[in-house]
Amino acid sequence: MSTSGAAPRSPAFGLLFYALGILVVAGFAVGWLPEVSSAHGHGIDRVIRYLLLTTGTLFLVGCLVLGRFILTYGRGAPQEGAVLSERTQLLWAIVPVLLMCAISEVGVLVMALPVFGEVYGEPAEDAFEVEVVGKQFEWLVRYPGPDGVLGEVDHDKVHDSRNPLGLVKSDPAARDDIVLRGQLHLPVGRMSIVSLRSLDVIHSFTVPLFRTKQDTLPGYTAFTQFTPEKEGTFELACAELCGLGHYRMQGTVTVQSEEELAQWLSEQEPWL
Amino acid sequence: MRPTRLAALSLSLLLVSACGGGESGPAGPSAAVAASNSSDSGDGGAGPQAPSTPTAAPRPWDPTAGIAKVSGQVSFAGDTPRRRKVDMGSDAECSGLHAEKPLDESAVVGAGGGLANVFVWVRKGLDAWVFTPPTEAVVINQQGCVYIPHVLGAQVGQPVEVRNADPITHNVHGYSKKNTGFNQTQAPGSNAITREFKRSEVFVTLKCDIHGWMNTYLGVVEHPFFTVTDEDGSFDLGTLPPGDYQIAARHEVFGLQKQDITIGADGAAQTLEFGFTEED
Repeated sequence: MSTSGAAPRSPAFGLLFYALGILVVAGFAVGWLPEVSSAHGHGIDRVIRYLLLTTGTLFLVGCLVLGRFILTYGRGAPQEGAVLSERTQLLWAIVPVLLMCAISEVGVLVMALPVFGEVYGEPAEDAFEVEVVGKQFEWLVRYPGPDGVLGEVDHDKVHDSRNPLGLVKSDPAARDDIVLRGQLHLPVGRMSIVSLRSLDVIHSFTVPLFRTKQDTLPGYTAFTQFTPEKEGTFELACAELCGLGHYRMQGTVTVQSEEELAQWLSEQEPWL
Repeated sequence: MRPTRLAALSLSLLLVSACGGGESGPAGPSAAVAASNSSDSGDGGAGPQAPSTPTAAPRPWDPTAGIAKVSGQVSFAGDTPRRRKVDMGSDAECSGLHAEKPLDESAVVGAGGGLANVFVWVRKGLDAWVFTPPTEAVVINQQGCVYIPHVLGAQVGQPVEVRNADPITHNVHGYSKKNTGFNQTQAPGSNAITREFKRSEVFVTLKCDIHGWMNTYLGVVEHPFFTVTDEDGSFDLGTLPPGDYQIAARHEVFGLQKQDITIGADGAAQTLEFGFTEED
């Protein structure tokens, strides 16, 4: 088969690769992540930035090499190149794979394991405990009341307006529980541990500025924990498509001082 | 016709007849509806699937046939349930509509111990009659992010109109076990949603998917012998012809109660007492 036909001259195409690589890496390098407001969130952001930096660098190198090849070999007749030995070819195949594994897997594990420990490890003894329950299409928040214990619930007793979580009246621990729709109040600078349930389908508890996300499953209690760093109000959303009203499944996280939180809690009526 | 085709046709006809030959329940929305017995499922009473053993074909309801008044009282025993203010904290727009939040309607006990929002109806005993549903719609309004009324009734085939008087979008989600459910968003100022229910069912529940506290309970029955109690707990079902009946009272939280009565030829009035209490 003849290979004498002239290949198209393509300096613009090669330059495009240079521009693409530089623009993408530069675009991700600027501070596009939203503000972080939890202690472990900084670690999450570090992992994200590390991944962007390493994969971005590799992407950039790839683009530069490709661009260089196009500029050098993409014009005129095909050129005879030296045939590499099998050993060299193997080296060029295996070394980058090992390098990528070291960068992506080992690097991420080393950076992320401490963060994982913060989110799923042993909670602090003085952690603020609260329950958040997902239901199409709202978040119900339960505070334990003065006794500090969340009371028993029974799914058969759930009634949308009268008893949305099915609190069991005969359980003394349930009688002081406070239930609110979509209003999660947390103390600043103190670990909060959130137990998560669902009354119907799979939802996902997420507070983007806390860098926290945890699925809630019917019939199962999941936990997540974090330490809010800044006072203010934050969005609580559902990150799992749970039905037609998913987009409306929102709540508000209010982070406040211990004194303000205690005052606010004292103003709330127990549900039962 | 070849024997195989004849056999296939026969089999088809057999299958059609075995499947009931179509809906055995109440007829379409505009048609008159015959009451019938039902399984003891606790909702609706006279249902479409229950095979009654009529001795005579049902005849159109004759208002002059009713001779005995059936009335009574629904009471609540025990501590009066506390009425919470409706928690609208998850929606600032709804909260903003109220200077003072409305009270929850799910358990309302009057000063005299009467239980409100109980749907009382003739659950069995009107098999012999055919009732024509009214053409006038029953209206449910969404106002201030609550449904008004909280409990109501309609006849099978009667239009039920859901309006939105709020400057807020609602989502009317009808939950039903015997009728066709529906789920429709209703923007402010949009047309009313009109539905007709083809089968008796107590309750069809209407909820708002956007505002989790919003719900209303609709009792659908074939006949006009139903009512909803107010805070004094009294009810009056009107006058019934001689015969055996089952009168039922259903509350959204406290459940279902039934009583059998017999109306004699003397037309003596029947007075019933229903008593509900709260479980732990």
